Amino acid sequence: MPRPEFVYVTYIETTPEKLWQALTSSEFSRRYWFNTELQSDFKVGSPFALVMNGTTTDVGEILEADPPRRLSYTFHHVLNETARKEPPTKVVFTLEKHGNLVKLTLTHENFAAGSELLDGISRGWPAILASLKSLMETGTALTIPIAALGIEGME
Amino acid sequence: MKIDTFKPMTVYTIYIASTPEKVWEALTSAEFSRKYFFGNSVEVELKVGGAYVVRTPDGALHISGEVIECDPPKKLTFTFNVNWPALIEKLGPTLVTYEIESAGEAVRLTMTESHDRPLSDDILSGGRQGWPAILSSLKSVLETGKPLVVKMAPPQRMLAALRELGIATP
Repeated sequence: MPRPEFVYVTYIETTPEKLWQALTSSEFSRRYWFNTELQSDFKVGSPFALVMNGTTTDVGEILEADPPRRLSYTFHHVLNETARKEPPTKVVFTLEKHGNLVKLTLTHENFAAGSELLDGISRGWPAILASLKSLMETGTALTIPIAALGIEGME
Repeated sequence: MKIDTFKPMTVYTIYIASTPEKVWEALTSAEFSRKYFFGNSVEVELKVGGAYVVRTPDGALHISGEVIECDPPKKLTFTFNVNWPALIEKLGPTLVTYEIESAGEAVRLTMTESHDRPLSDDILSGGRQGWPAILSSLKSVLETGKPLVVKMAPPQRMLAALRELGIATP
């Protein structure tokens, strides 16, 4: 039985370079990622943290940084009481040129069986990545209240 | 048709800056669907028991099905059977559900592909490759007015798995 994972693919009319910048810069992430700041220098071995409205939600370490093709980091949730006890997971972004588009694939893996974090991120990533796509294509991110995602503890 | 024996095997959720009514129209209008569905057109009779068909750009019948639930602009469930000889006999029917909900100023569209028997990841890979491209393009059409041209090779992994089962593929 393979370990549970979450995979999400979307196609974005942009360049791999611009998309890489959006995935690694707080200036962009604040707009499409529920006002989340990305704290890292994105060098292999460096610490990584997601800080939402001043509160650290997730921490990790940069595993791979191959701009503008592949970015991965460990991902350990630290806010929710149950999810913070789960072992660290791994996030991988791959950016592939696809004609005049970029195919963005997110793989979030290494979840424990029955993971509460898996349920949360399965609701979170589609909203974040759809908002990222809107920002790249129209210049405007989506306005989605985080409560609309139905994630426990994220109202 | 009884649908409670079907289990979700592929789920794809996307958020769109639009209204539920416009998303519903995009999903059910032939003219609109040609812009984002690899040039195919969706023709659907919007009532329970109505026909659901997808035609290729040259007008050939590609997918045929039947509307099971129809609750505009919130929910549409239909069978979605690719017209390849022996496919439905070997794999059973495919059921697709679109759910449309407001999420702040955006719309959440959830596509669920369900089946009434276990299927391999190889068989399911065709849908898993196609839906993100189709729905990413639909989002772009609604937000920018411009379709996304996603060029995609035929789903080789799925086609090989179908041939293995003795299903004739184009």
